Amino acid sequence: MALAAPPERVVSINLCTDQLALALAAPGQLVSVTRMLQRDEGAMAEAARALPGNSARAEEIYLLAPDLVLAGSFTAPDTLRMLQRLGLTIEVFTPAETLSDIRANILRMGTLLGREAEAQAEVAAFDARLAAIPAPAGPAPLAALYAANGYSAGDATLPGQMVKAAGFALLAEEMGLPYGGVVPLETLATASPDLLIAARPGAPKSRAEEILAHPVVAALRDQVPTDTLHDSDWTCGTPSVLDTVERLAAIRETMK
Amino acid sequence: MSLTLANLSVTRQNGRETLRGVSLTVTPGEFIGLIGPNGAGKTTLLRATQGLLPATGTSSLAALTPTQRARAAAFLPQSREIAWDLTVETLVTLGRTPHAPSEADATAVTKAIAQMALTPHAQRRATRLSGGEQARALIARALAQETPLLLADEPIAGLDPAAQIATMQLFAQLAHEGRAVLASLHDLSLAARHCTRLVVLHEGRIAADGPPEQVLTPQLLSEVFHITGSFVFTDHGALFTPTGLT
Amino acid sequence: MTPTRLYTALGALTVALFLASLTTGPASLPIPEALSALVTQSDGPATMVMREIRLPRALLAALIGASLGLSGAAMQGYLRNPLAEPGLIGVSATAALGAVIAIQTGLAAAYAFALPAAALSGAAIATLALLALAGPRGTALTLILAGVAFSALAAALTSLVLNLSPSPYAAAEIVFWMMGSVADRSMTHVALAAPFILAGMALILPLGRGLDALTLGEDAAASMGTRLHRMRLALVLGVAASVGAGTAVAGAIGFVGLVVPHLLRPLTGHRPSTLLIASALGGAALLLAADTATRLVFPERDLKLGVVTALIGAPFFFHLVWRLRGRL
Repeated sequence: MALAAPPERVVSINLCTDQLALALAAPGQLVSVTRMLQRDEGAMAEAARALPGNSARAEEIYLLAPDLVLAGSFTAPDTLRMLQRLGLTIEVFTPAETLSDIRANILRMGTLLGREAEAQAEVAAFDARLAAIPAPAGPAPLAALYAANGYSAGDATLPGQMVKAAGFALLAEEMGLPYGGVVPLETLATASPDLLIAARPGAPKSRAEEILAHPVVAALRDQVPTDTLHDSDWTCGTPSVLDTVERLAAIRETMK
Repeated sequence: MSLTLANLSVTRQNGRETLRGVSLTVTPGEFIGLIGPNGAGKTTLLRATQGLLPATGTSSLAALTPTQRARAAAFLPQSREIAWDLTVETLVTLGRTPHAPSEADATAVTKAIAQMALTPHAQRRATRLSGGEQARALIARALAQETPLLLADEPIAGLDPAAQIATMQLFAQLAHEGRAVLASLHDLSLAARHCTRLVVLHEGRIAADGPPEQVLTPQLLSEVFHITGSFVFTDHGALFTPTGLT
Repeated sequence: MTPTRLYTALGALTVALFLASLTTGPASLPIPEALSALVTQSDGPATMVMREIRLPRALLAALIGASLGLSGAAMQGYLRNPLAEPGLIGVSATAALGAVIAIQTGLAAAYAFALPAAALSGAAIATLALLALAGPRGTALTLILAGVAFSALAAALTSLVLNLSPSPYAAAEIVFWMMGSVADRSMTHVALAAPFILAGMALILPLGRGLDALTLGEDAAASMGTRLHRMRLALVLGVAASVGAGTAVAGAIGFVGLVVPHLLRPLTGHRPSTLLIASALGGAALLLAADTATRLVFPERDLKLGVVTALIGAPFFFHLVWRLRGRL
């Protein structure tokens, strides 16, 4: 969908569109990003703090007089309807669930902002990094993603795709849970995974995270390599997910 | 054993005195009818006697430990509560609670059930009995406690005439055997007929205390009960009959 | 049925269900192998599964079921009201609130025993307030109304505390605390809860004679030597300790204290004292069975224990209300 002329006042009201847009926008084109991103850490957040922040409320967005609003599919529907009634142009992005979704989102953002060349360059760099990850020699070792409440992400989710891209087989996939689900401790214990990807519990501040301190998980931690996947590593499908993929692939390489 | 109350007084939380300086001695062999109009303090007296209410003054019963007291006096409250579907026999067995389990339990229970003419109903659920039968089962429970003193709050209310007379005769019999009974009553005729002594409560005080003929004077009946009545002398002895209102 | 025979039968049932619980789970272990892994030491996953996953789970189900059955029977005896039940009248919900506060403030992480202690305090406050509001002279209606108010308030405050917390799992947490579960608990949880549960039960069990006497009302019970104040104190502390500690590690599990005494009362000759021990055994059996059912009915789903007990319990509740409707 190409616009006649590139938009001049773009406002992003979603954490993920913030990052996609910041990477591609021409100087001055992006006029506001979310305060959520500004509170983050890292280079992206640093750049975000240079712009006015917004809290994704219809009134403040309208007053910014944008000619394009970038929203996520989880943005409150009432806010979107209100912005539509106010006559604003809105583009809604669905969070990436696969690595090719990431490519598609980058290319779509490039088109919307009139920055196709930059988008294609970013995708090319992304593909080059991905291709550089070595394929496993022999059968793929088994990785268990294990989160609060015993939740294990499946192969139809971005974290699952990332683990698979690093050359691992995925526990939830072996169990027939494409979208993930609760994996009982018993199943985890008997599956004997080769890699445990779970947060290391400090002092758990919630009952949900207590399971990560259960003796069964602790014993597994002692036996196999462990890695941690933070929500911020994958919540937004941006090329930075490859940082994690490369790290996991490096762990796999040491397993030989 | 005898019961001694000295200057027993009860003041409600609202400041109303419901019992004022009651002194009373109950000795073995006595069947005392505690009479008085509604609100005179009969229930308060029976409860305060056992220390179930905060009271000033002394009661020889309230001074005992709970277990000693339960072995000295059985109490039949006015409200006839039976919360669960116990059999009559189990209910009567509850009277043995204060006693260490022994072979005397079964004997006492069987005897008490027989005394209240409930033997045919022993295995029935107490809650399925008629009101009168329930009242008798509860009296049997107090009898099974086998205490020297029996305190009863309106034990014959709601009983049929035969059961009323039988109960009064039983209490008189217990007194005759050397126990003591203190029962609040509304039926002056039955009280005069069966009790060895009447204690009249009026506005929290003892208004009269003595043998029935000496207590139920025209003046007292008028002042306390607002009725007239007289003794009729028959072949069965002196019978008291209320005759009208004053 | 004599009490001894009833206790023996219920005890045997509990042992059988305990073994059934130990031999049920997603890891398909043959029964002999499962039981031998429990007693012999090896580094294999079987020993891990049996000792660290299934044993604490079965122990907690048995302990918590016993404490709920016993507490229900004791509260019903004291209030002379068959609707009195820790889950239904808000004691469990208030215990859950205490536990949630201990976890969210970090107190539980700093001092392990702060968790059961906070849940116990919550349960004690609710029990005391309920006895005051709907004491022995209160009707079934006052008890239920006070209980509804307590449950609603405790549930709302629990949700509030969790919503205010930075935890991304607030919704899952709320479900856990409202419905309860013994899945994936460890021996640490058993060690934390068991002393309180056992102490609470030890306080309640000797109350049988007094509860029998209370059948005839407070005055009659007092005249038969029952020390009502002491009994009330033992009851409050006992219920608070056992229900509080159980809730602290497994959330609020409802209806056990209602269903078990209701089913067993006719077998005990309706005698409150006999019902105490019977309900403790029956509660353990019911919760073991319900927890095993959560693993058999929907093995892939994390079915909450309280959902099963509510599905079993609610019809009994309706039945009781139907029978009591004249008195309510």
